[in-house]
Amino acid sequence: MNLRRFWAIARKEAIHIRRDPRSLALAVGIPMLMLLMFGYALTLDVDRVPFVVLDEGGSPASREFVARFGATRYFDFRGTVANYADVERALDTRDAMLALVLPPNFAAQLAAGQAAPVQAIVDGADSNTAALVLGYTQAIATGFNQQLAREQIRRIAGSVPAPALDLRTRVWFNPDLESRNFIVPGIMAVIMGLIAALLTSLTLAREWERGTMEQLISTPVRPVEIILGKLLPYFVVGMVDMVIAVLMAVYLFEVPLRGSVPLLFGVGALFVVATLAQGILISALARQQLLASQLAMVSTFLPAFLLSGFAFAIANMPPVVRGITHIVPARYFVSFVKGIFLRGVGLETLWRDALFLIVFAVVVIAVAIRKTRKRFG
Amino acid sequence: MRAEPAPSAETIVEVQNLEKHFGAFKAVAGISFAVRRGEIFGFLGPNGAGKSTTIRMLCGLLAPTAGTGRVAGFDIVRQAEQIKTRIGYMSQKFSLYDELTVEENIDFYSGIYRVPKAKKAERKAWVLEMAGLAAHRRSRTSVLSGGWKQRLALGCAVLHEPPILFLDEPTSGVDPNSRRQFWDLIYDLAGRGVTVFVTTHYMEESEYCDRLGIIYRGELIALGPPRELKTRHMSEAVLEIECARPNDAMGLIERLPAVKEVALFGKGLHAVASDAIAAETAIRAALAAANLALTRLERIVPTLEDVFVSLCAARSAGQPNAAGAQTEVSR
Repeated sequence: MNLRRFWAIARKEAIHIRRDPRSLALAVGIPMLMLLMFGYALTLDVDRVPFVVLDEGGSPASREFVARFGATRYFDFRGTVANYADVERALDTRDAMLALVLPPNFAAQLAAGQAAPVQAIVDGADSNTAALVLGYTQAIATGFNQQLAREQIRRIAGSVPAPALDLRTRVWFNPDLESRNFIVPGIMAVIMGLIAALLTSLTLAREWERGTMEQLISTPVRPVEIILGKLLPYFVVGMVDMVIAVLMAVYLFEVPLRGSVPLLFGVGALFVVATLAQGILISALARQQLLASQLAMVSTFLPAFLLSGFAFAIANMPPVVRGITHIVPARYFVSFVKGIFLRGVGLETLWRDALFLIVFAVVVIAVAIRKTRKRFG
Repeated sequence: MRAEPAPSAETIVEVQNLEKHFGAFKAVAGISFAVRRGEIFGFLGPNGAGKSTTIRMLCGLLAPTAGTGRVAGFDIVRQAEQIKTRIGYMSQKFSLYDELTVEENIDFYSGIYRVPKAKKAERKAWVLEMAGLAAHRRSRTSVLSGGWKQRLALGCAVLHEPPILFLDEPTSGVDPNSRRQFWDLIYDLAGRGVTVFVTTHYMEESEYCDRLGIIYRGELIALGPPRELKTRHMSEAVLEIECARPNDAMGLIERLPAVKEVALFGKGLHAVASDAIAAETAIRAALAAANLALTRLERIVPTLEDVFVSLCAARSAGQPNAAGAQTEVSR
């Protein structure tokens, strides 16, 4: 590789970027916009689930049971209804996701020491949310049962035995179970991958389309100089995007950044290089801007969104799909970013992710150089 | 049919039975020729005749389907990269960067060709002066006129002072004045010993070449200095006719048995005939009978266009028996 030719390409490409302020604005604006949208709109938390109550008995016991739901932040009491038809209407119109139906003899059966049937009707259209709602409901019912049992025992024995199990939970890394804390670092990786690949997917294709490539390939310039020269200025743009994303994550979304910042940016640089190389490889193969940009979108955004584990746990995927995730660079970067941000760990646990990104970047650059042919056809 | 000169020590471009197929289409169907060091070699032919395809194969931008070729002593298939350090190439379409300024384009190619640091400034000044762009050095290339763009492209292609220059239709779409200026530059370069290989579909331009190959439907149908082509390939007489309503006159003259072919030429007509006297008599009679006023009728020295039209007509007529047509034209 000749340094002068490499610099000539890099400088020319930098001028192209500078002369095209609209594309530059997009390259910086789109990641910010996407981060805002995903950071605010995409939440996997289930709280303030609206619910209605059909209390056919209307006893102190039934009211106490219902009050337990209203007391948590997970449920939002939307009132009592008079009959079953109203329950149906509330679920149909999505005014409520949960309806509790307490029969007329609720209090009487409790007093008699018999099991009192309570019906919980859940809107199962969104199965994930429904499962969480059921879990919460079950937990409240269990708590209620335990309290009743203890009261009964006290009435009979005069004292309450210590519970057999004393469960004390501590949630690590994301104590408030804020899904934003885990989505924002993930989406950062997704966005960076998408933008980096999009930026470079156009460069070679544009030269082929405009005919400037014909002049370039008639010179002694070598593919390695073209590829690395083109990567350099876009690498700078990619890193600027990363700085913006990290600043937004920390200061706007207040995601805790517990690990090493230099390590974050060091491995971030690897990821940027890997995806820039992926984009330029697509560009070398497609030779058309429209095709190249679409291929770049599909080949980076989709796998990064669905298969990186940024929102959907890889462990829950079918084995074949889980296998595919191993070749998605975003998977390693998402795992790395989450590790740095939330767990505050370093290379001692994350070296595998970093190593994969190095290998991926080197392989893709090598293939891109091989595929940048200085010939027509 | 081996009419081309035997390769000598002076040969700098040499091609043997070069072929390029695109699917079933033979863009170049087996051509052989040699270019001598320091000459201006022209490739004349209509659009789609295979000129660009040939030039791209010579520059190592396109792999031939069959045949061999050497440029500056290097094989066009296996040593394309060595060739690329010794040539300048200007493609048919303007292919510098529109978003870059004149100066930035020169600097870019100066870097790509690794023009020695000591010579960089001098070469840049030369290009700016040669192209007449010194005052526009900081203008975006996109705003330049066709003639300027073309001279800038030529300048960038010769920054590294290559011994061979390949120009693919360098003057297409440029006004006649700029075209003239451009040829002055080519002569200037040739005067410094640069070999120039140029394609064109302009007849008058091909007259400027030292030697000319006429390419038609992928085949080289004539080769030689323009003057020689005119005498050797044009045994028949050419008559120039100026008369009223030339379109109608053409219809009449076409039907005369003494006339082989007739074509519109400028504001008049050119008729080709083996017997000039008989044809002249027949034309006068036919035009008088149709009441078309004849202002001029005389035998002229054939132009290259006449040669070209006549060769192509012979080629088309001889299609079923291409070998026969070949012998006919090269004799």
